[in-house]
Amino acid sequence: MKTGPSLHLGLPLAVGAIFLAAWEGLVRVLAVPVFVLPPPSRIVVSLVTDFPLLADSLAFTLAITAGAFLCAVLLGVGLAVVFAHSRLVELALMPYAVVLQVTPVVAIAPLVIIWTGFDHAPVALFILATIVAFFPVLSAMLLGLRSVDHGLRNLFELYGAPRWRVFVSLELPSALPHLLGGMKIAGGLALIGAVVAEFVAGSGTATGLAWRIVESGNRLDMPRMFAALLLLSVAGVAIHLALRALEHRLLRRWHESAVHREN
Amino acid sequence: MTADDLVRLEAVDKRYSQGTLALSGFSLGIRRHEFVSLVGPSGCGKSTVLRLIAGLGQPSAGTIAWGGGGKAKRDIGFVFQDPTLMPWATVADNVRLPLRLAGIEAAKAEPPVRDMLGKVGLDQFSRSYPRELSGGMRMRVSVARALVTRPSTLLMDEPFAALDEITRFELIEELLALWQDQPWTVVYVTHSVFESVYMSNRVVVVAARPGRVVAEIVIDEPFPRAPAFRGTARYADYCRQVSDALRASHRGPPP
Repeated sequence: MKTGPSLHLGLPLAVGAIFLAAWEGLVRVLAVPVFVLPPPSRIVVSLVTDFPLLADSLAFTLAITAGAFLCAVLLGVGLAVVFAHSRLVELALMPYAVVLQVTPVVAIAPLVIIWTGFDHAPVALFILATIVAFFPVLSAMLLGLRSVDHGLRNLFELYGAPRWRVFVSLELPSALPHLLGGMKIAGGLALIGAVVAEFVAGSGTATGLAWRIVESGNRLDMPRMFAALLLLSVAGVAIHLALRALEHRLLRRWHESAVHREN
Repeated sequence: MTADDLVRLEAVDKRYSQGTLALSGFSLGIRRHEFVSLVGPSGCGKSTVLRLIAGLGQPSAGTIAWGGGGKAKRDIGFVFQDPTLMPWATVADNVRLPLRLAGIEAAKAEPPVRDMLGKVGLDQFSRSYPRELSGGMRMRVSVARALVTRPSTLLMDEPFAALDEITRFELIEELLALWQDQPWTVVYVTHSVFESVYMSNRVVVVAARPGRVVAEIVIDEPFPRAPAFRGTARYADYCRQVSDALRASHRGPPP
């Protein structure tokens, strides 16, 4: 079956519209209280009226997410390069990277907030979101660096390429598809990390979307809570789409995953 | 080592770290401008010989000596069994790679790259990516890349084994034409008796693991060799000689 761009966009939109219409209708027919489940129309009203407040919170959460994502990419790529070139360092440090990955962020958040100080909550959020996001980058990049074509390695060796040239001209482009896959996962995890960390650690004087959700819940202001949730989802989808666009741009001419084939 | 020898392998052993003895007492001299084919069963160490000549590994015992003060040692083109192209780079960038690694600036590298692409019939595809090419075209890119530095020695490891019969014949003719044009020394690894006899000055038969030379058959026929050579009685006789030597090599190592 052929799936054109209109189907790619139209089908999920149609499903969403049906779902929202059913939600609106059921809530009205069954007279569900707003503090239990607000209708979509009330959420939209809240989104519009509370937008300045929510936009500030969104900006705060996105700033933490972007910073953590960038740091996770730098840290993950850097560690992967070191691990790929030194088995000894990998043996020494990899277990600790795994420990950080498997330890729930909610469990270490209180420690991090104590270490950074309660006055520096954004720093704690940034560290926690980075910890959540960096492992997929490390793991994917390491796999990419280890998957370099052996024949091409031999070719570079045959022509006496220096170590830096092998890295820049061979290892980095070879690992790029893996890295981009890891970055797509890390982008979502950075946002999740930023939100979960704020739930646990708070956000100091600034207020992110997580805190806005907690606050709205405490006030039984469900329309605003749903509006904040909606913004979070939109932000997550936007991050994913941006990274997918980057992946497409960098791989579209040559990588199997981005090439459209006709049999 | 004789004055004519470009490179000589003397009593070379190669044992890999996992314990496999790939070569044992392998001795072979390769003369300048010679087209030598190594023929032998799978796993007999033919590719190992090429890799040792290329310096992609060291012999466990024995010596590899180069004539001419070792200058030719750094002047090698290698065509692998697979095209081994960088998928993220265009055809022209793939061919340009050895020049780039040698530090030659882009402007100076352009004429030889264009020249080689023309010689292998890919000048219209310089901006294509490897995935957009057929198997035969990719192998042409690989040959062009190996020759772009005008090396004195060309090492070829079953380069056409994965191609269909027609494409293989085409590429063999093209390779021989290029060799006539500029006679580098060629060491060519193949499974095909027919291919080796058609292309070479000399066919070296390598015994099953551990690899060693068991026969050398000189193909005393003039170049250029037209496809009609394949239909002659002499060609059939050479093929029979090589096949007999191969069969004998299967009987295993001497006691």
